[in-house]
Amino acid sequence: MSLSISSPMARRRISIWRSERLLPYLLLAPAVVVTVVIVFMPMVQAVFTSFYDLILFRPNASKFVGFGNYGKLFSDPVFWTALWNTIIWIGLTVPLQMGLGLMTAVLLNREFPWRGLARALIIIPWALPSVVIALMWRWIYDPNTGVLNDILIYLSIVQSAVPWLADPKVAIYAIIATLTWQGFPFFAVMILAGLQGIPKSQYEAASIDGASTWRQFVHITLPGIAPVLATAGLLRVIWVANSMDVIFVMTGGGPGYATHTLPLYAFIKARQNLDFGYGTSIAVTFTIFLGAFVALYLARTMREVER
Amino acid sequence: MNKQTTVRRIITTDLPVLVIVLFAMAPFAWMILTSLTPTATLNATGVALSPIGWSLDNYFRLIEQTSFLKNMLDSLIIACGTVVVGLIVSVTAAYAFSRFRFRGRKLLMLQFLLINMFPIVLLILPLFVLMRRSSLLDTHFGLILANATVAIPFAVWMLTSYIGAIPKSLDEAAMTDGCSRLTALRKVVLPLTMPGIISTGIYIFITAWNEYLYALTLGGRNVRPVTVAIQTLIGEYQIEWGLLAAGAVVGAMPATILFLLVQRRLIGGLTQGAVKG
Repeated sequence: MSLSISSPMARRRISIWRSERLLPYLLLAPAVVVTVVIVFMPMVQAVFTSFYDLILFRPNASKFVGFGNYGKLFSDPVFWTALWNTIIWIGLTVPLQMGLGLMTAVLLNREFPWRGLARALIIIPWALPSVVIALMWRWIYDPNTGVLNDILIYLSIVQSAVPWLADPKVAIYAIIATLTWQGFPFFAVMILAGLQGIPKSQYEAASIDGASTWRQFVHITLPGIAPVLATAGLLRVIWVANSMDVIFVMTGGGPGYATHTLPLYAFIKARQNLDFGYGTSIAVTFTIFLGAFVALYLARTMREVER
Repeated sequence: MNKQTTVRRIITTDLPVLVIVLFAMAPFAWMILTSLTPTATLNATGVALSPIGWSLDNYFRLIEQTSFLKNMLDSLIIACGTVVVGLIVSVTAAYAFSRFRFRGRKLLMLQFLLINMFPIVLLILPLFVLMRRSSLLDTHFGLILANATVAIPFAVWMLTSYIGAIPKSLDEAAMTDGCSRLTALRKVVLPLTMPGIISTGIYIFITAWNEYLYALTLGGRNVRPVTVAIQTLIGEYQIEWGLLAAGAVVGAMPATILFLLVQRRLIGGLTQGAVKG
């Protein structure tokens, strides 16, 4: 280590200096270097690319267009459709997931014999690969042979088969239903952890005072899990906004542009049209929109770290 | 009186829970039933509901006629590689975060949290360009690197909270006994964190195994993980739901079983830390 230093005192001082000052940075170096190379460099590259008119496999034709791609966004009707879809997509999916998750958590928080089993089984949707989920629901939604239409016709809720994913008015809601199914276990599990942190004595005191179950829920349960709801909700907004794999496999953004969300539009532009310049500029714009939620979430989490 | 409360409990708790459990399980159960129905039956009368009509025909076809086993191997290599890369660089970083107070600590922690929030689409496009240039496209290593973008920040945060739960006095005691910091990390902290490291590793494995978009974009003919392979089972002219369902069931098995095995410990860690679902 320190060959040239002979006196034990000096060596000790050096090693202390090493361990207390430099060591944390040395320990962090591998992780930081790897993330800089595989995350931040590509990210910077993406911002650069978004200023270019770049069609991949025609790299020689690429030229600097400044904010040209961003200007093009505003007059692109598909961009506005995708933006609106993204808002509906997040605005419906997250509350639905949260509502169903809350209901599940409250039920799972009660005493009953097979509680452990129920908790494990409810998590299954969360563990499945999103491709499997998407294909599975495509099979369920299938207009000719899908089981959903069979059931609904059998119960006479609908008269004729509904083309769930082929009808532009219905498709996005069908996908939202799928994502709600996929995501509610996450909320259930997070909220359950929050519920178990509320002391039982509070409920006992309330029921002695004669508070109804509903009032107990509103005045004890909800305030008790509010922090969990906020954190999980923000996390989920970010996650749902980003998750495009389910849509991509279920409809590929169609019919028409009916199920395009912003990240999916960026991905499709780049993947199918190989229009990397424009695709990246959509991705960057989307990231900026999402930034507000990310900032909120980061602020919350870093406050926890302060402790 | 007691009987009455049991009946009440069944109506207000057991039944609603049962409905939710059925809702959560039904789609996958339907997939399993579909995979057990031979194609001829599926086309003629639909999914076979009774065991009389079941056969493993689709599974045999999956193994014999497609490259599914090879795709499973690809997924296994990538998932294990991601676990190794993710854990190795994260353990020391997490130790630094939980044991040292140094300048830039908060900023660096924030950085790792931030990475997890980035839209994958913003990363996937430039990664494709970079990997094409360095001919990493369609290799296991390329996909391991791509998956590490998710695994490393996740592992750093999980492990920081796990190591943080181990009393500092333990490694300080080891150091007064003459151990260096690194020896204390290796001999004292690591063994105690092992359960946390294992569940973090398993979670990385699951996410890497289930990952789809990177696999689709950065994989190719040579390296095709199961998630992409399942989708290619869609026939050219008509969707072969039986075969597809068999692929989906087999492809989902490893991650689902692992998840059920470690769910208790995993959920403890997930609910403490800041984690992407």
